Amino acid sequence: MDAGFLREYLPILLFLGLAVVIGLVLVLASVIVAVRNPDPEKVSAYECGFNAFDDARMKFDVRFYLVSILFIIFDLEVAFLFPWAVAFGDIGMIGFWSMIAFLVILTVGFAYEWRKGALEWQ
Amino acid sequence: MVAFFTQNPFGIVLLILGQALLILVPLLIALAFLMYVDRKVWAAVQMRRGPNVVGPWGLLQSFADFIKYIVKEIVIPAGADRAVFIIAPLLTFVVAVIAWAVIPFNPGWVLADVNVAVLYVLAISSLGVYGVIMGGWASNSKYAFLGALRSAAQMISYEVSMGLIIIGVILSTGSLNFGEIVRAQEGGYGLFNWYWLPHLPMVVLFFVAALAETSRPPFDLPEAETELVAGFFVEYSSTPFLLYMIGELMNVVLMCALLSILFFGGWLSPIPGLPDGVLWLIAKMAFWFFMFAMVKAIIPRYRYDQLMRLGWKVMLPLSLGWVLIVAFLAKFEVFGGFWARWALGA
Repeated sequence: MDAGFLREYLPILLFLGLAVVIGLVLVLASVIVAVRNPDPEKVSAYECGFNAFDDARMKFDVRFYLVSILFIIFDLEVAFLFPWAVAFGDIGMIGFWSMIAFLVILTVGFAYEWRKGALEWQ
Repeated sequence: MVAFFTQNPFGIVLLILGQALLILVPLLIALAFLMYVDRKVWAAVQMRRGPNVVGPWGLLQSFADFIKYIVKEIVIPAGADRAVFIIAPLLTFVVAVIAWAVIPFNPGWVLADVNVAVLYVLAISSLGVYGVIMGGWASNSKYAFLGALRSAAQMISYEVSMGLIIIGVILSTGSLNFGEIVRAQEGGYGLFNWYWLPHLPMVVLFFVAALAETSRPPFDLPEAETELVAGFFVEYSSTPFLLYMIGELMNVVLMCALLSILFFGGWLSPIPGLPDGVLWLIAKMAFWFFMFAMVKAIIPRYRYDQLMRLGWKVMLPLSLGWVLIVAFLAKFEVFGGFWARWALGA
């Protein structure tokens, strides 16, 4: 790794540091300036007029898992497409048609998911 | 003096920090006024006056709000995971800020001129989901938890379409650098050279995806301030809440910048002959922010199943199909390489 490469990414690192500092300053400012006066009612979790029955981290709908799995498949596909799109002018006919074949296979999978009802949300 | 800033390590770091502040400070001040504009537009559509007390025409409203946030107590719920509870809004804020490192405002006016800028912005903006999930989980409140799940599912659903839409632009340009993308839109016909014309259907889709991605109305289901409580940040108060709000608004402005750069020629002037410049970019971003504000005022909220159906059954097939169409149009240089700017040596 040469220094020029690192030099390109140094501003991002410094920008990150600056953003963290500003965020921390804002939080600390409130910690220092504001009065802190917690009481049991104030720090209880928000509910509709009664005390919470149990822990809020409960079982939830399996469809959220399904959405995230679908997301991984399609985001991976997008990640594959990026290098192909950048080199599009140089890859010639073989590169073009192989990616088209890949997209067609993926579309078949997408149609299958659709037919199976994986995209339904009642 | 010049050597100090280009050779000496301390000088280089100081210079970069100066440049970073030069981006961040105007951005944060602009956000304060954009928050005001957002409320004013919303009020005007409903024939109300909106904020008009603090300062002339209420211009200083956001600054008064800011002071109010600072002097409020940070309430951490009893069952919350304290560390994650504080880190989550910080993460949202930091992630929203650092995406700006690669956005060019004028030729050469970019903090980090990396060659994978588009990929960087996509990667950083997907990290925003962690702020939402962590905040909702750490609060240990049912509303926050369910709101976070819905919010995360919504954000990742529309991110796929957004990635595919951007692929179309990359196909036309052959580069992931925002500066290169803007330069590929240069030409003798002013605004008719920009990508909005060849990629017209995708401008609409990108705008819709941007609304969903930033949880703006009509896709603000997780928050739905008027019906449900505010979703994943229901337990937040004071500056952590402010950090979430700034992060969210910063993402909206980032989407305005992306729209202007990807499809509307960034800093290029719409009329041939007029000088290019950063003012054009600001004008385009202001226009798109106005559109965001108008949509908020005009369009009623979606239902959750409608939202997911739109994301997976409409946006995804359309954007995927468009990638295929653009690939063919660019490969075979239809209309003299209208979709293939790299072929023209641009």
